[in-house]
Amino acid sequence: MLKYLLEKEFKQIRRNPFLPRMILVFPFMVLLVFPWAANFEIRSLNLCVIDNDHSTLSGQMIRKVSSSGYFKLTVVAGNYRQALSSVEKNKADIILEIPAHFERDLTRDQASKLMISANAVNGTTGGLGSYYLSGIIQNFSADFQKKWLQPAGNATIPVIEMVSSYRFNPHLNYRIYMVPALMVMLLTMICGFLPALNIVGEKEAGTMEQMNVTPVTRLTFIFSKLLPYWIIGFIVITISFGVAWMIYGLTPAGSLLTVYLFAAIYILGLSGFGLVISNYSETMQQAMFVMYFFIIILILMSGLFTPVQSMPEWAQWITAFNPLKYFMQVMRLVYLKGSGISELTNQLMALSAFALFFNSWAVLNYRKTT
Amino acid sequence: MKQFTTFVKKEFYHIFRDKRTMMILLGIPVIQIILFGFAITTEVKNSRIAVYDPSKDEATRTIIERLDNSRYFDVAVYMDHPSETDNIFKDGSISMAVIFSEGFMENLMHTGHAQVLLLTDATEANTATAITNYATAIIGDYQQELLLLQKIPFRIIPEIKLLYNPQMKGAYNFVPGVLGMILMLICALMTSIAIVREKETGTMEVLLVSPMKPIFIILAKAVPYFLISCINLTTVLVLSVFVLDVPVAGSLWWLILVSLLFIFVSLSLGLLISTVTNTQLAAMLVAGMMFILPVVLLSGMMFPVENMPDVLQWLSNIVPAKWYIIMMKSLMIKGAGISSVLREVIILTIMAVFIIALSLKNFKNRLE
Repeated sequence: MLKYLLEKEFKQIRRNPFLPRMILVFPFMVLLVFPWAANFEIRSLNLCVIDNDHSTLSGQMIRKVSSSGYFKLTVVAGNYRQALSSVEKNKADIILEIPAHFERDLTRDQASKLMISANAVNGTTGGLGSYYLSGIIQNFSADFQKKWLQPAGNATIPVIEMVSSYRFNPHLNYRIYMVPALMVMLLTMICGFLPALNIVGEKEAGTMEQMNVTPVTRLTFIFSKLLPYWIIGFIVITISFGVAWMIYGLTPAGSLLTVYLFAAIYILGLSGFGLVISNYSETMQQAMFVMYFFIIILILMSGLFTPVQSMPEWAQWITAFNPLKYFMQVMRLVYLKGSGISELTNQLMALSAFALFFNSWAVLNYRKTT
Repeated sequence: MKQFTTFVKKEFYHIFRDKRTMMILLGIPVIQIILFGFAITTEVKNSRIAVYDPSKDEATRTIIERLDNSRYFDVAVYMDHPSETDNIFKDGSISMAVIFSEGFMENLMHTGHAQVLLLTDATEANTATAITNYATAIIGDYQQELLLLQKIPFRIIPEIKLLYNPQMKGAYNFVPGVLGMILMLICALMTSIAIVREKETGTMEVLLVSPMKPIFIILAKAVPYFLISCINLTTVLVLSVFVLDVPVAGSLWWLILVSLLFIFVSLSLGLLISTVTNTQLAAMLVAGMMFILPVVLLSGMMFPVENMPDVLQWLSNIVPAKWYIIMMKSLMIKGAGISSVLREVIILTIMAVFIIALSLKNFKNRLE
């Protein structure tokens, strides 16, 4: 019985003009585009300079700032108002204002002030950008002090030398971190949405009636709906492994078998969840929106883009019920740190519990009466 | 006209009778604002750090205290030996180790040199960079103060001012983004599905034989979603002003006008999708994959577009939400006038005309 049902499901998927192409193209699209786009790194901020001094020193400083690699000098403004309007028009992100008599004050009064104004609509960019800029200026200041003081030999300047070193990912490659997690997102979207639309699709098309009068048992029926997505999930994740390896040279530090095992359980749980929603919905529109509602929350709260640790406590508590979080942890740990099953028992238990819970729910909830 | 209102009424019945979808349509903005406002932050807050301080002198104590008191760090572990760092990162709860060199203060004052090692767990590169930068800034500040105490001459003192958002709240950045995403979702996705649904269930035939012109049938479908979008716009604005304390710095009228323009673009996109697809599944996939994902990714909602590779920056230009979000940031947060976003208004208008023309052309073909 199951065999014929499966044959039907696969035929339906294969004959759909969109689905097979989607299943093959989507992983490429996500893995080729996402890792390059999903990047918080601040590489080049547009700098606007107001140089009221026009001295050798101010010129030197501007050169030092613009050659640092973090800032690109795009606007030279005559006054602050002009500078501000260039920020409003998105031509500049950060303003460096050098006051008049900057060089004279520095050599005569031995101290000069500078103004940095950063566009902080994006707080992180604004904050870090102004830190970078003031860091460069402090370096410049220290160089200047050395040049003037050292020959005289009249003071030791206390300098704290800060050495930073990055563990596990010394080149700070964000993509290494993103790619394994993106595979999870990919699986979630494909193996979450498609099952959610499946049963309700039969309801809407009216074929559910026919299904209900066959001798197919509830368990077999749900199984026949579950298995195709399980297999699709495996195809998707295998394509993802290939893309990650070919494009990003990324292979798991741990065993590929571990990843497949976890993926198998995860897809099962997720498809079960999709089927539950499908069972409860009357129209595809409804199913889709309910699924969308949950998937958005699950993805945002999974630690994909923002670390779970920086969430408030109540939010962290909610994430304990987020299967995405566990699978994402597994993928990142296996890919980056090479963890094995023994270190991932917590995640294994959690994911198995989800799979069991949702699939029993789907079976129990499916009624052959309308 | 009476016919038209009857059709609009019919569409409203569709929506009101599907309570679950309606609840979600109206609830999505609330949930997203709350999530983004309170749960999802890219800000680094209270990162747990480990410290190795062999000399325990005034300088190291002050630095540790300042790190601990800042909102970025919590000193969680005091190590007895620098080799403990190997184990300390294993479970992932410690994000940085600060290791002072021996005789820190003494070296600093007499030889002018002392070393601090900032060791960061860089599995997540962004957080790692941010953490290192904040720590560097805090230690750098301390060094500046030392210089001040010692009256070392020739100092350049930078004064930092953060424009528009001095407290560096994440909300200022994402409110325009959430608006762009929700409006796109409701207008493009919902409209396209509502139209394709009629095709799929066969009721489109019935509608087309009514005396109404086909274009008005489609327009009637857009009206309820237009209204829901307006309700959502209000919800998001009210929530962001009263719950998240994000003020509307510029003119509210221009802001609303610009949003209406964007809603119009999204509705016409929905219409376009409905003319090229025949099943709800396909409409959903096209809308979801071709419109919603790019909005999240390429619109600058979460990730700054400036840092992307050139190809993606170029590609982002055809995402309408990108222009909308730029406008909203200028009008709502920066308080700029409409003249500073004139370019974006023109671009969106051209997009609207183009999309409408394209979908009307397709629409006629479909009726034959």
